[in-house]
Order: sequence, then C-alpha cells, then structure tokens
Amino acid sequence: MAGKAKKLVLNVGWCKGCGVCAAFCPKGVLDLKGDKIAIVAEDKCIRCGLCEIRCPDYAIWLEEVENA
Amino acid sequence: MASNLVKKYFREDHLPHIWCPGCGHGVLMKDVAQAVENLGLDKDKVVLVSGIGCSSRAAGYMDFNTMHTTHGRALAFATGIKMARPELEVICIMGDGDASAIGGNHLIHAARRNIGITAIVFNNDIYGMTGGQYSPTTPYGEKGTTAPYGNIDRPFDIPKVAEAAGATYTARGSAYDAVRTTKLIEEGIRHKGFSVIECASICPTYYGRKNKKGSAVDMFRWQKENSVSVEKAKTMTPEELEGKLVIGELSRSEFPELTEQYQKIIDKVQIK
Repeated sequence: MAGKAKKLVLNVGWCKGCGVCAAFCPKGVLDLKGDKIAIVAEDKCIRCGLCEIRCPDYAIWLEEVENA
Repeated sequence: MASNLVKKYFREDHLPHIWCPGCGHGVLMKDVAQAVENLGLDKDKVVLVSGIGCSSRAAGYMDFNTMHTTHGRALAFATGIKMARPELEVICIMGDGDASAIGGNHLIHAARRNIGITAIVFNNDIYGMTGGQYSPTTPYGEKGTTAPYGNIDRPFDIPKVAEAAGATYTARGSAYDAVRTTKLIEEGIRHKGFSVIECASICPTYYGRKNKKGSAVDMFRWQKENSVSVEKAKTMTPEELEGKLVIGELSRSEFPELTEQYQKIIDKVQIK
C-alpha cells in the first residue's frame, strides 16, 4: 500500500534561525534567508523527515497531502 | 500552525518555547511526545512532573496532566502522585542540576525504592537558566561562570549513580540521536520499576560559548561524531572511551515495584 504524499511545511514564526535543519538536510533543500529558514530546492526533497526530527522549535515538518 | 504531533501533545498557544536558538531541549521534549505517541498511551493518564530550570519548562509546554514543582523536588511530588494513583504513567523531566544536585537525594531514594516513575534527565552539563554555573555533570576541566579557570570536580555519571542506587532501568540518549532516544524513553516508560534516561542535550548559549564549542550545529555534530553505541563500547578500552558519549540501554534488573508492594500490604492488613 503506497503511503500518502507528503510535503514540507514551515511555521517561520517559530523559527529561531539556528540552522540545524539546513545543516543536517542530506539534499540541501533548506537554507537560512536572513534569520529564518527557507525552502530553496523543494524538488530535491526526499521526505526523509530529518529536519522535522532535528528542529528544536517545531518550525518545520512533513504533512500528508491529498494531491502532491 | 503545527505538525499533528505538536498539536496533539503540546499547548500550542504556549509555543514557541523560550529556549535559546539551537537548544537541544526542544528536540528532547519532542522525543518524549513521540515516545508517548508510539506507545499509544491515553494522554489523560499521563502525568508530567518537572522541577526548576530550563528543562523543567517542559511541563508548561506539554499537554498532559502537568505539575511544575520546586527545584530538585520533581521526584518527591511524583512519588506522591504515583503512590496515590498507581495506575497513572508518571514521567519526570529534570535537568542535570535539578536531578543530581538539588534533587540528588530524591533521585537516589526514588531509585532505591524502585517506584514506577520514568525519570528523564535533560543533561546540558550546566545551569543554563541561572547563567551558566557549573553543575555536577560539567566535565572535568570545562568552564562555567563559577569555574572560570576550569572545573576541578569529577562529573557524575547519572545513569551509573541511579543504577548503583537501585534503578532497574537506565539508559542514555542524546539530542542528536533522536530516533534512538525516543525508543529508549519508550522502553523506560514501559519498564515497571524506576527508570532513568539521561538525555545528552546541548546548551550553545552558556556551555557552548564558555567552552568555545562553536554553534548549535557544531555541538550537534560533536554529538554525532562522539557517540558510541553500548554494543560498540563493550569492545573499547577505557582510554578509547574517554570523552565519548555511550548511547543505549545501560542496565536492566528485576526488583518488585514499590506501589505494587504497597498494595499487597494494604490487601493483607485491611479489615474486609
């Protein structure tokens, strides 16, 4: 059974700009823009969820979507 | 706006938390929520008790039955809760100073009694909230605001202290190794007696700056590069293990749990 498609979601208001998610993203999907996190290469995202696991501020996560 | 896990287990209106950018505590707090989710516990049957310090703010952020108590006394309050309502899952989140200095006596006696509480220690090796004083887990030679020339005390190994005092499950996780740490917390909650899970956190603001450890990213990287699994550690010499973070289940033993023993006495002596 195939899982539902997932996409990256940000809550920039909770981001404190520590850069941990970007540093540990294996595909270079994320980067800091100013003091906040931004998705810079969404097409490279492999939905591994490491950013969600590592973000100390719960500002980034994978969310299931109906149509990706 | 938050993930489903955060919506379910956190008081969203209290977020973002006040911990510093890159603080390991945020990751560890989510590991606790993930462990409860993985175990499928009813969150209304979970009690989270904390003391005072950066770590102890978790009781304000997490949406269980929560109690934010006095410094070092989380286990004392938790003991009362567990004795009165043994059917509840009682979890304590404490800091290194909270658990092993101010509350050190409570820690060893909770362990000695083997009461069914899960003690989770967010160990950042320093007193963060009060400005970076050295704690009982600050490594030898490292600096704090009260140890400007380097700490001359040997640090406590909290799981070892707990095991020696009678804890029947001890483990160590880390903020970097979130998946394994979640599993260790799950095991600790599932374990019937007193369990202690030390979680190596990072404090980039005080410990990191005082000891020139670099950014939060550098500190997480240090954990990644210096973590050794329990299995691997068994094949290494004490010299090789110097300065390493041994991650995994450290000890497990059997002894009757306190509230069960107490119930047996009640059943025996109560006039029917």
